[in-house]
Amino acid sequence: MGVVTASTSLGRSGLHDWIIQRVSAIVMLAYVIFLGYFICTTPELSFPVWQELFASTFMKVFSLLALLSVIGHAWIGLWIVSTDYMPKLAIRFVFQVLIILICLALLVWGIQILWSL
Amino acid sequence: MKFSIYRYNPETDKKPYMQEYDLDVPEGSDMMLLDALVALKNQDPTLSFRRSCREGVCGSDGMNINGKNGLACITALSSLKAPIVIRPLPGLPVIRDLVVDMAQFYKQYEKIKPFLIANDEPPAKERLQSPEDRAKLDGLYECILCACCSTSCPSFWWNPDKFVGPAGLLQAYRFLIDSRDTQTEERLAELDDAYSVFRCRGIMNCVDVCPKGLNPTRAIGHIRSMLLKSGV
Ligand code: SF4
Ligand code: SF4
Ligand code: FES
Repeated sequence: MGVVTASTSLGRSGLHDWIIQRVSAIVMLAYVIFLGYFICTTPELSFPVWQELFASTFMKVFSLLALLSVIGHAWIGLWIVSTDYMPKLAIRFVFQVLIILICLALLVWGIQILWSL
Repeated sequence: MKFSIYRYNPETDKKPYMQEYDLDVPEGSDMMLLDALVALKNQDPTLSFRRSCREGVCGSDGMNINGKNGLACITALSSLKAPIVIRPLPGLPVIRDLVVDMAQFYKQYEKIKPFLIANDEPPAKERLQSPEDRAKLDGLYECILCACCSTSCPSFWWNPDKFVGPAGLLQAYRFLIDSRDTQTEERLAELDDAYSVFRCRGIMNCVDVCPKGLNPTRAIGHIRSMLLKSGV
């Protein structure tokens, strides 16, 4: 373990955070490209077409992966922003906890939507 | 030639201020900025700055010259646009005028253990190194610790206590790739937190200002790959 550990960071180490940042960026890019391609190549984008797309397990898993990537990316990115620009520890901590809560809420909400629970 | 120089004496001044100076510089003079500062100090002995070697070797006269960090002794006056604005290195506490407190900078340097650690059997005479292995230290060992790079780095401004900074990381890499050093893994483990190395955002201010033409960003990239190799 390194010299500095922080309980509100997502990864276990600087390297861990760094890898998550990069991998999640790739997943998000792939997702956006895929959706863009789908929208551009589908002649008529109607509700049934959209529903059918999200009914497949592939799309559900891909969407969940993209959602996890957004959450991981935002968590790490905003944690870094807060440790750079929020010198007051109390403000920083509140901000971090808020981000974490929003991330977790998004995750639960996203799963609920994808699997229509 | 007109100068505007940052002045601050914490014992008498409430706030730092910029003081204007004027110096006669003959047309086509090859004077360095440090020579000009010494001449100005003759006019006004209260003006304070550090200098020693006057040839870019000791690293004492790092300062912010027209917005860019550099060594006064190897910066030609002819290369500067007047009025020449001189401030202390950014981000460090000012002791007086252009003299800054370098403690934080040295602390980061100390943290990376800037010395050879070899725990293997000492050889009878000396630890040998092949010319190829020696060549790997080129572009690293030349650092004179002037702090021009670290004090130009925003990541160092925000977290000078946790981010090692370009100067320290350049030296960290210098010992990481030294074929005679046996502590590579331990050194890497010390650097694998969210700050020490990974606060580098590749802004490359460090490369832009280094008066010795060194490239800390590249060294930081190498450290990152080493961490990646040992961590995955
Ligand atoms: S490349 Fe890294 S170390 Fe160099 S100035 Fe930028 S953030 Fe700082
Ligand atoms: S790397 Fe260059 S700018 Fe940084 S301390 Fe060393 S000599 Fe100075
Ligand atoms: S006086 Fe030594 S580096 Fe400038």
